[in-house]
Amino acid sequence: MTLSAIQPIRSDQDPAERNSRPGHSRATAPLRTRSQKTKYALTVLAFLLPSAIPLALFTLGPMIGAAWISLTKWNLLAPQQFIGLDNYSKLLTDPRTGEIFLHTVYYIAGYLPLVYVGGLALALALNTALKGRSFLRGVYFLPVITSWIVVALVWRWLLNPSSGAVNSVLGWFGIEGPGWWTDPNWAMPSIILASAWKDLGFVMVILLAGLQSISPDLYDAAKVDGAGWWRRTFSVTIPLLSPSTFFVLIISLINGFQVFDQVYAMTSGGPAGASQVVVQQIYDLTFRYGKAGEASALSWLLFIVVLAVTVIQIRGQKRWVNYG
Amino acid sequence: MAERAVIHDRPRLTPRQLAGAIILHAIVIAGAAIMFFPFLWTIITSITPDASLTVAPAIIPQNPSLGAYEQLFTERPFGLVIVNSFVLAAITTAVQLFTSSTAGYAFSRLPFRGRGIVFAVYLATMMIPLQVLIVPLFVEMKSFGLLNTYLGALLPTFASAFGIFLLRQAINQVPHELDEAATIDGAGHFRIFAFIILPNIKPALATLVVFAFMGSWNSFLWPLIVLRSPELQTLPIALAGLQGQYISDWDVIMAGSVVSVIPMLAIYIFAQKYIIQGVASSGIK
Repeated sequence: MTLSAIQPIRSDQDPAERNSRPGHSRATAPLRTRSQKTKYALTVLAFLLPSAIPLALFTLGPMIGAAWISLTKWNLLAPQQFIGLDNYSKLLTDPRTGEIFLHTVYYIAGYLPLVYVGGLALALALNTALKGRSFLRGVYFLPVITSWIVVALVWRWLLNPSSGAVNSVLGWFGIEGPGWWTDPNWAMPSIILASAWKDLGFVMVILLAGLQSISPDLYDAAKVDGAGWWRRTFSVTIPLLSPSTFFVLIISLINGFQVFDQVYAMTSGGPAGASQVVVQQIYDLTFRYGKAGEASALSWLLFIVVLAVTVIQIRGQKRWVNYG
Repeated sequence: MAERAVIHDRPRLTPRQLAGAIILHAIVIAGAAIMFFPFLWTIITSITPDASLTVAPAIIPQNPSLGAYEQLFTERPFGLVIVNSFVLAAITTAVQLFTSSTAGYAFSRLPFRGRGIVFAVYLATMMIPLQVLIVPLFVEMKSFGLLNTYLGALLPTFASAFGIFLLRQAINQVPHELDEAATIDGAGHFRIFAFIILPNIKPALATLVVFAFMGSWNSFLWPLIVLRSPELQTLPIALAGLQGQYISDWDVIMAGSVVSVIPMLAIYIFAQKYIIQGVASSGIK
């Protein structure tokens, strides 16, 4: 692409830019002369290159490297042996692949609603004039900064079927608690619970930052119109929080598909593979079974799935994301 | 919702509002106790010699001792690794603030043909697990001669799609009227970026400080592979080393975990002041 090919376009041509007002700012005004075009292109490059260079060299480059490894048979030690698409066809015909993707989707389906609704409620609560709210915000953020090694230890104890705190409390009410992480049916719910607990503070911080950009005047206006708390929350807060919500959804889905630390630390995919997820499988293939080629192929399959899901979300955002 | 609105309501709190406020406090504080419990357990275990993890800790430990902490700083190089990790995290954070805000500005304010695709490629860098990038990255760093150097550990952290996306969303919410007014006054993009946009996205910048610092502070796999010399070691690697070496010394492991959380918590508390800073100071709308 030559420099002069980088040109501003009209707002209505770029879905990402539909909220800016065409013709009002210099950026979107048509540039007529060649030197203006070159100057604009240089400005764009000046803003983009500081991030584009490290991303291209240290993420995109290794991604292409992994794509090459996915076409080979390699145990990390012996020379690589080119085998074409064999790793992919092996993965696509193995019923186990579908299973680990299903487990991963199960995780996301349980985790995402919990962490989003919980995080939103927390952000709304801690944005009011609560006594000691700075302290409380700190407490809710503590799990986010604690390592999974420690969190998993504590949760394995809390959810211990015989001596854990959760089943003891359930016992007071005459409920016999499940086997949690020791039971194939309850292993994934245990991981979901611990993950939502740990990440609540993450969602809270993002949404709290988003809440700060909503003008108090809007609430005052809604109050004058007689809107109560629920009405204000659903008609003012949630629509105006949509850019932050969009961010949380995209990031949570991208991270959710790559769930690993908590699975590794709590169950390592067990019992009997009941909580085996995609990245745990990638880890096992690389470091336990010495199949780096197959692991890279599985990563690229995962990549394609995550990319498709993200593109669908970006396409869908114009229906509900509202940039002030 | 906003503090201001609630404050001038205060003189006319109805009994219903009062009850609501009490219930809200009760729920939030009970929740906080649940959030804090595991950390409390960590602290108690860290001061209990011969701690065991199979049963719940005693709330008041028998023979509490700070021996585990002493061991960290005398027998283990925790002083050194904390300084190392702090320096790396500070550099990562400073560089990411720069690369994320400039890219965020371009993706929000500088339209060009193909921008949507470029943005998708940026996001795509988050979509492949680190576990498979490690081997090609190692080969690459080796060819650059950067193995066992801080530069080798730092370079892959210099740009983050997470941070760029975060700041793009924040810049999208800054009203265009502000840029337009500055444009009329003759300001170009660099001035608008530095004097209009940056001051208006302080909450998002502070959020990025927390997450960039945390990402570096907790990063394990890449530093483990690229940094071989003991004097270059970082905190998470030293923490993992404790587990190998002192299989049953849970007090030492938990002390290490407490020590590793405290600086991060300090950064969060410092940044929180700016995260919560209201729109009042930005003068918009």
